[in-house]
Amino acid sequence: MTTRLREVDVVIVGLGWTGGILAKELSEAGMRVVALERGGMRGTNPDFAIPQIRDELKYAVRNHLMQNPARDTLTFRHSPTEPSLPMRQLGSFLPGEGLGGAGVHWNGVTWRWTGIDHAARSYYEQRYGKSFIPSDMPIQDWPMTYAELEPYYDKFERTAGVSGKAGNIRGTKQTGGNFFEQPRDRDYPLPALEPSYSQILFNDATAQMGYHPFPRPCANASRAYTNPDGSHLGACVYCGHCERFGCEANAKGSPHITVIPKAMAQPSFELRTHSWVTKVMLDSTKKKAIGVAYTDVSTGEEYEQPAAIVALCAYAINNVHLMLLSGIGTPYDATTQKGIVGKNYCYQPGGGGVTLFFEDRIFNPFMATGAFGIAIDDFHANDQFDRAAMSALGGATINVGQSNGRPIGYRPVPAGTPRWGAAWKKATAKWYLRAMNIGVTASNMPNRYNAYDLDPTYKNVFGQPLLRLTYNFLENDKKVIGYVAQKAAEIARSLKPASMTGPGMLGDYNIVPYQSTHNTGGAIMGSSPGNSALNKYLQSWDVPNVFVLGASAFPHNSAYNPTGPVGALAYWTADAIKTKFRNRPGLMT
Amino acid sequence: MKNKNRRDFLKTVGTVGATGIAAAVGGDTSVAGQSPAGSPAGRVLLDPAGGPVSHAYTFLTAPEAAFIEAAVDRFIPADDLTPGGTDCGVAVFIDRQLAGAWGSGDRTYMQGPWQKGVPTQGYQSPLTPAEFFRAGIAATNAYCRKTLQKDFDRLTVEQQNKVLQDMEQGRVTFEGTVPAQEFFNLLLGTAMQGFFADPIYGGNRDKAAWKMIGFPGVIAIYSEHIKTYRNKKYDVEPKSILDLS
Repeated sequence: MTTRLREVDVVIVGLGWTGGILAKELSEAGMRVVALERGGMRGTNPDFAIPQIRDELKYAVRNHLMQNPARDTLTFRHSPTEPSLPMRQLGSFLPGEGLGGAGVHWNGVTWRWTGIDHAARSYYEQRYGKSFIPSDMPIQDWPMTYAELEPYYDKFERTAGVSGKAGNIRGTKQTGGNFFEQPRDRDYPLPALEPSYSQILFNDATAQMGYHPFPRPCANASRAYTNPDGSHLGACVYCGHCERFGCEANAKGSPHITVIPKAMAQPSFELRTHSWVTKVMLDSTKKKAIGVAYTDVSTGEEYEQPAAIVALCAYAINNVHLMLLSGIGTPYDATTQKGIVGKNYCYQPGGGGVTLFFEDRIFNPFMATGAFGIAIDDFHANDQFDRAAMSALGGATINVGQSNGRPIGYRPVPAGTPRWGAAWKKATAKWYLRAMNIGVTASNMPNRYNAYDLDPTYKNVFGQPLLRLTYNFLENDKKVIGYVAQKAAEIARSLKPASMTGPGMLGDYNIVPYQSTHNTGGAIMGSSPGNSALNKYLQSWDVPNVFVLGASAFPHNSAYNPTGPVGALAYWTADAIKTKFRNRPGLMT
Repeated sequence: MKNKNRRDFLKTVGTVGATGIAAAVGGDTSVAGQSPAGSPAGRVLLDPAGGPVSHAYTFLTAPEAAFIEAAVDRFIPADDLTPGGTDCGVAVFIDRQLAGAWGSGDRTYMQGPWQKGVPTQGYQSPLTPAEFFRAGIAATNAYCRKTLQKDFDRLTVEQQNKVLQDMEQGRVTFEGTVPAQEFFNLLLGTAMQGFFADPIYGGNRDKAAWKMIGFPGVIAIYSEHIKTYRNKKYDVEPKSILDLS
């Protein structure tokens, strides 16, 4: 019953940021590219048109732009000794589904990761000694340096229309930018957005305390912009409906308005929506992929799409799932610590933030963008920050954004206020406009037990095993949050609020409340098949004509958001395929 | 409002088209006799624009509607800030959500096997949200009858508050499948969605919740205001999707 289709050069699984970049770059190079997107077609008009897009219930609460867990989800437990149960509804993170993927409904924070991130193991070994790294923390260096990736970061920033202020151009520090950033070749394509009142207060307070505040880089266009490919972005209107929504103004750098239309203009590119890839097909040696099997979920018909190159560009979680379902690489076993695929799952601990309440200040939290903000990196990118003081690896940024003053989700009240009734109403009415938040976003180091494998019990709609996630916040995370949260509280107190809540302690990981869609690892890159699933070109060591893009490749998670390096690495991989693999297929060195 | 059904009903008959009349009549006559407190199923409220709108319930039975109305009036009591939860349309909102896709388990993985799990693993009930609500209402009423000899909606306001606080704090255990605290959290969460969501869903009538906090709604073009309204109140009549559609 399966229809076998004609072979193409490249089949791309999932058409978000990474799939879109690959689709554009490879089809423009004349390769025949088919993209299979399991969700539907969508675009700014009419799908994200006002007024309907400003529907908090539909988009921010019922998650209408995201993966539908009724069809496929994962199971979750804190440790290998506990029963793993399905994540029956979305909560903690929101994988995308449909054209553009999560790149449609992200906030837009677009970092270049730090020099320490690129050299995660060697930095700590050199500065603090080998014994500083716990034996159950399998951190490792990235297989390429920041300097190697710099031109690709630059390319992604220009594609996505990132607004910001450089802190270091070719070694010269720039006033107003991130004092601790790695050298960049040139400034951001767009100036920083206008700061909110809360951000100005934070900026001034942290500067006075001797920290180094700067505008957080964000793919919310501060003015109308045409990117190098000729894609047009509008200017951000600070509407406060960014994360979980599509942007009606085309002001959020998103693949559906940039790289995807460019790919679609190429005759050698074909998009098939509602096409759910269930497996990468391998030949009898298991060393070569021959294509993918997929189901058209609008008809139920099954297809095989042969291809010379298979690029997994689904959401980070689903890439790992597909590898395990397809038998690409050796599955990781936390008990024996043998195998690779599924290893080093990381997330992003928060919880160290504080909310400040002022009798006499008005913050208008609805005047907001997804990503604008003022941050300090003194406890993260700063390689002089003494990690021995907190007895932990990694760090955290402290920041003030203002992204979601929407009233179902954002209703700050002082500690001790009831959750309902007359006193709750009075407090909500009083404080909605008069509160601001200082956030703490921490890095997350891998642990041997924080990993994915296939669930032995639960199945998806195709009868395949769900992915099983074993994960918890651990000692290192609690120390980082505990330490940096106190710094955030000091900053907050210097602003003399009438009262403040937090910082809280980091407890067990909870999959219910939203935290971030920053799931990393599982198909990690590294220097050898012994320590990684992918080489430096995100190419499978085991099946070299399979490439696995996205944050699944990160061996640990930074205190930064993942999309900057996700985009940069997609351009990096596209380049390697065009200039190396295409001429000489096989494992690249 | 509870005893005004008939009067509001007659007002409706006088002004709306045949479909509206049929719905209102059906709702009113089929359940009125079963509900000693007067039928909430035939409630009619005034539309913020001035026209009367029928609010017959589609999912909730009359006793269930009486429960939900009482609960949302405790969560959102009438005061000088807003009318009570029911008059803000929150019970209607809950009814429509339960009758619709979300209530039926849309976007929820419903396959077994089912185990209790721990709270950090999230919703693990084999019931759809609508079934969960129905069982939760029945369990709360059973608890109230056992301890206070009356259904929840017949208790005094003080008694109702006490029951809700006990559920919230995990101080009571229900017989049956639905844990009291879990039901409370779902009930409160859904009520808050109704109070603060766009009025297009039936709650937040007259944008009462948005006016209460100063949320200006959906037009949201603040390119200049982000500078000019720093530390300054932005006072406008909120606009909803309903207003702009």
